Amino acid sequence: MTNPPFGVTRRQLSLGLLIMPAMLSGCAKPAPEERISATTPWDDIEKMARGQTVNWQAWAGDPKINDYIGWTAQTVKARFGIDLVHVKTSDTTAFIQTLLGEKSSGRMSGGRTDMVWLNGENFSAAKGLDLLWGPFAERLSNWKLVDVKGKPSTINDFTLPTEGYESPWGMAQLAFFHDSATLANPPRTIPAMLAWAKSNPGRFAYPAPPDFTGVTFLKQALLELSADRAPFYKPVDKATFAAQTAPLWAYLDQLNPVAWRSGKSFPPDYPSLRQLLEDREIGIAFAFNPSEALNAVNSGLLPATTRAYILEGGTIQNTHFVAIPFNSSAKAGAMVVANFLLSPEAQARKADPRLWGDATVLDLSAVAPDDQARFAALPKGAALPDAQSLARALAEPHPSWMLALGDAWRARYAT
Amino acid sequence: MARPLRDVSISKSALARNPFGWAPPLTFAIFVGPILLGLFGTLLPSFGLQPALGQFELSLNPWCAFLSDPALVKSLRLTLTVGFGATAIAVIIGFGSVATLYGTRAFAVVRALLAPALAFPHASFAVGLAFLIAPSGWIARLLSPWATGWDQPPDLLIIRDPDAIALMLSLALKESLFLILMIVGALGQINAGTMMRSARSMGYAPARAWLLVVAPQIYAQVRLPIYAMLASALSIVDMAIVLGPAAPPPLAPMTLDWFRELDTARQLMASAAAIFQLLLVIVAILLWRLGETIVRQSMRGLLTSGIRHGWSERIVGSVGKVGIAFALVASLGAILMLIFWSFAGTWSWPSALPEQWSTAMWVRSVDTLAELVGRSAIIGIAVSAVATALTILCLEAGVGRSTPRWLAILYIPLLVPQISFLFGIQLLWNRLWLDGTVVAVALTQLLFVLPYVFLVLSDPYRALDPLIAIAARSLGASRVRTLFKIKLPLLARPVAGAMAIGFAVSVGLYLPTMFAGAGRIDTLTTEAIALASGADRRQAGIIAFALTVLPFMALALVNLAPNWERRTSR
Repeated sequence: MTNPPFGVTRRQLSLGLLIMPAMLSGCAKPAPEERISATTPWDDIEKMARGQTVNWQAWAGDPKINDYIGWTAQTVKARFGIDLVHVKTSDTTAFIQTLLGEKSSGRMSGGRTDMVWLNGENFSAAKGLDLLWGPFAERLSNWKLVDVKGKPSTINDFTLPTEGYESPWGMAQLAFFHDSATLANPPRTIPAMLAWAKSNPGRFAYPAPPDFTGVTFLKQALLELSADRAPFYKPVDKATFAAQTAPLWAYLDQLNPVAWRSGKSFPPDYPSLRQLLEDREIGIAFAFNPSEALNAVNSGLLPATTRAYILEGGTIQNTHFVAIPFNSSAKAGAMVVANFLLSPEAQARKADPRLWGDATVLDLSAVAPDDQARFAALPKGAALPDAQSLARALAEPHPSWMLALGDAWRARYAT
Repeated sequence: MARPLRDVSISKSALARNPFGWAPPLTFAIFVGPILLGLFGTLLPSFGLQPALGQFELSLNPWCAFLSDPALVKSLRLTLTVGFGATAIAVIIGFGSVATLYGTRAFAVVRALLAPALAFPHASFAVGLAFLIAPSGWIARLLSPWATGWDQPPDLLIIRDPDAIALMLSLALKESLFLILMIVGALGQINAGTMMRSARSMGYAPARAWLLVVAPQIYAQVRLPIYAMLASALSIVDMAIVLGPAAPPPLAPMTLDWFRELDTARQLMASAAAIFQLLLVIVAILLWRLGETIVRQSMRGLLTSGIRHGWSERIVGSVGKVGIAFALVASLGAILMLIFWSFAGTWSWPSALPEQWSTAMWVRSVDTLAELVGRSAIIGIAVSAVATALTILCLEAGVGRSTPRWLAILYIPLLVPQISFLFGIQLLWNRLWLDGTVVAVALTQLLFVLPYVFLVLSDPYRALDPLIAIAARSLGASRVRTLFKIKLPLLARPVAGAMAIGFAVSVGLYLPTMFAGAGRIDTLTTEAIALASGADRRQAGIIAFALTVLPFMALALVNLAPNWERRTSR
C-alpha cells in the first residue's frame, strides 16, 4: 500500500468531499414574487416599489459616473423610498455569464441583481438567451419624452429592436480629438486620416481589435469606405463578407505601415490610446463619447487646447440602456428608477459636462419649457464638439459585425 | 513482509487518538475539491459539453476552432519565449549573482533589499516599469530633448513589442529576486561554507567553485519553485496586459479575451485553450527536466577537466551581477515612478519631473482607496489566517511526517496554469450561488495561499524539538493544550511569518480574484490592472503604491515582532 496523498485515507477523503458542499451552501433566500401585469397602473408600481432595494449592476470605471449614480440613489430614496445600491462592476459580460448560470441552475426568482447597465452585444446576448424581464420600457411614464424618431438607436440597439426590454439612458458617439496647439487642422474624413498618417508617420494609432474602441474604428472606416451600407445592418453573411470588407483591408494595408510603431504594435484599448496622446506619442485619438476629451481636459489629463470633432460624414452613434434581469427581486423598484433616469431633471444633470457630459436620449421639444431651460443652461466646453456636428450620426451595424471584423482583423494583422 | 504494515497501523491509531484528525480531510476538501471540479469544469466545455450554455453534444469543434485560430502560432511562440526565456534568464541571474556575490558585503545589501522587492506585486512593478522605460517615459524625459534631440517621443518599439521581449526581460528580472530568496533559503540547509573551503583549497576560482559544487545541491532544493516559475511565466496575465503585445497577446491573455466574449463557440474555444495551456505546462516542465540533464552532463565534464578557472563562470557571474543590479534598479525605479505620478499635477513630455505637484488625486481617491485597501486587507487576513490554521492543524495531525508526497499536491495550484481551472471554479461558485461574493474570492484565494503558508511553516514546525511537546504531554497536558500553551508560543515568529507571506500572496492575486469575484469584487490588484493599461496614471500610481505598501507592512510587522517578544517575555 502506498502512502495516500496529503496523508489522507480514502475514508477521510470521502468525508471531506461530503463536507465541502455543505460548507458552501449558505445561499440567499428568494423574496416573494412580485405581480406586475401589463395593465398594472403606474401608481401601483410606485407603491410596490416603496421600500424595495434595487441592486444596480453598473460599470464603475469612472468616478463621475459613480457620483452620478450616488446622486440618483439619494434622490430615489427621498422621493420614492427606494434603496438603490450600486453594485460596482468592471465587466458586464461576466454578469451576463453569471445570469446565464443562474438561469441554468433554476434560480428563477430572488436574484441578487435588479437592474443592469448594458447595450449592443451584451443586450443581444442577454435577450437572445431570455435573460431579461419585460417588456417594461414603454410602460414608463417618461417614455413619451424619448426621442425615438430623431435618435432611432433608442429603440434599435445595434440594429436589434429593443422591444421594451431595455430603457434608454444616454447617447454615445465616436468623436476624434487632438491638441489644437500642435495640430491646428486635423483630418476630418477616413481617407484624409490616411493621408495625414502618411505625412506624419508613427503619429496615428488605433486600439487592437477585438477591443471595443478598435472595432468601432474599423466599423467607422468600413461604413465610410463603402458605397452600399445596407449589408452592415444585417447579420454577417460569410459568403459575401470578404468582398464587402475588401475596401477596409485595402485601407488598413496602407494605414498600418505608417501608423504608430509601423503597425507592429497597437495600444490595447481606449485608455492607452488617450495616454499616447497625453504623452505626445500620437497626434489624434478618439473615444466613444463626445465629452471624453473635455473630461480629460478637466481632470488634467490633456492640455486645455484639446479640441474634439465629429467626422464630416458623421460618426457611429449608439445608445446605452438599463434592463431588468429575469430573476430580479425588485422589478417595480427597477422600473421606477429607470423612469427617474429618463426624467428631464436626471437627463439634464447627466448631460452637464461638469458632472458627466453624456448626451440626452430625450426629445427636447417634448419636454416642458422649464425643463428645456435646464438643458439650455448647460455650459459649453471648448473641448466639446458643437451640437450641429453631433447630429451627423451613423447607426451601429448589426452586432455580428463586431465579432466578425475583430476576427478578420486578427487573422490579417495579428499573426 | 510485502507491505509496510507498521507504518499503516501507526498512522491509523494515531489518527484515531489525534483530536486533529479531521483537519486533513477538511483541508483536502477545501483544497483538492475545487481544483478537481475546476479542471473538470474546464475540460468538459473544451469537448463541447456546457450544460449552462445549452451544449450537451460531445464534439471536437472547440479544439478545431482553437487549433485553427490564425493567431495561435504567433501567440504560442510568444508564450514559449516568455515562459522559457524569462525562467532561464532568471535562473542564470539568480545562480550567477549568488555565485559571485556570495559572502561579499554587496550580498548583504542585496539580501536586505530582497524582502521589500518581493513584496512589490507583479502588477505594480509592471505599471511603474512601463512608465520608466517607454519612449515617452521617465528615462527618455530625463534625456530629452537636450541629449537626444527628441522634441516628440520617438516612435520606438520598447514596450509592447510584437515579440514580447520587453515582457520576457521584465518578468525575468522580477522572478530572479524570488529565486535569489529561494537560493538563500536553501543555502541554510546545506553546508556551503565547508564545501567552498575545500574547493577553494584546491585552487578553484570562487564563482566556479560555487557553481560546480554548491549550485547543484541548491538546485535540487529550489527545483520545484523553478517549475512553478516556469508554469507561471507560461501563463502570465497581469504583466502581459501591461508590458506585452496586444496583437496577438500570449496565450493566457488571449484565452481571457475569448472567455469574455458572449459567444458560446468562443467560450468553448477558450476552455480548449485553457486545457491546452495545462498540457503545455506539463510538456514544458518535462523539457526543462531534459535541459537539466543536459546541463548536468556538461557540468560533469567541467568537474573532471581539472580547469580551475575560466571564462564561463565569469560570464555567468557578470550576467548575474548585471541582472541583479537591473532587477533592483528596475524595482526601485518602478516604485519611484508610482510615487511621482501619485503626486503629479500635470506632467507632460518632456518634463523630467511633474510641472506641478499635487495631493488632489490622493484626496479624491481617499474613499475608493479606503474601500479597496479595506477589502483587500480583510480578504488577505481571513485567507492567511485560515490557511495558517489549516496548516497547523494538518501538521498536528501528522501530515507530511512520513513522506513528502503531499508536497506534489500542494504544488498543484502553483504548477497548473490558473486559467485552466479557474473557468471551472467560476462555474462551481455560480452553481452554489456564491460567485461575486467575498466568500468565493476568499475560498479561491485559499488554493493559492495555502501552498505558500504550508511551505513556509512546515520546516520550522518540524524543526521544533519534539521532546518539548513530549514533556508537556507526560506532565498531563492534552494535545490541544500542548499546542496552544507550548508549541504555538514557541513558534510565534514562524507562524506570524507564514501569515504575512500568505497575506502578501493573497493581496497580489489577480486571476483568482477576478474569476471568483465575477467583476463584482474589486481589490487593489484587480483595480491596479484595470487602471494599468492607461487610465489615469496618477490614480494608477496611488492604487499600485497602496498595493505595494500593504504586503510590505505585513512583512515589516513580523520583523518588528522579535523586539516585542523580548520585551513582553521579561
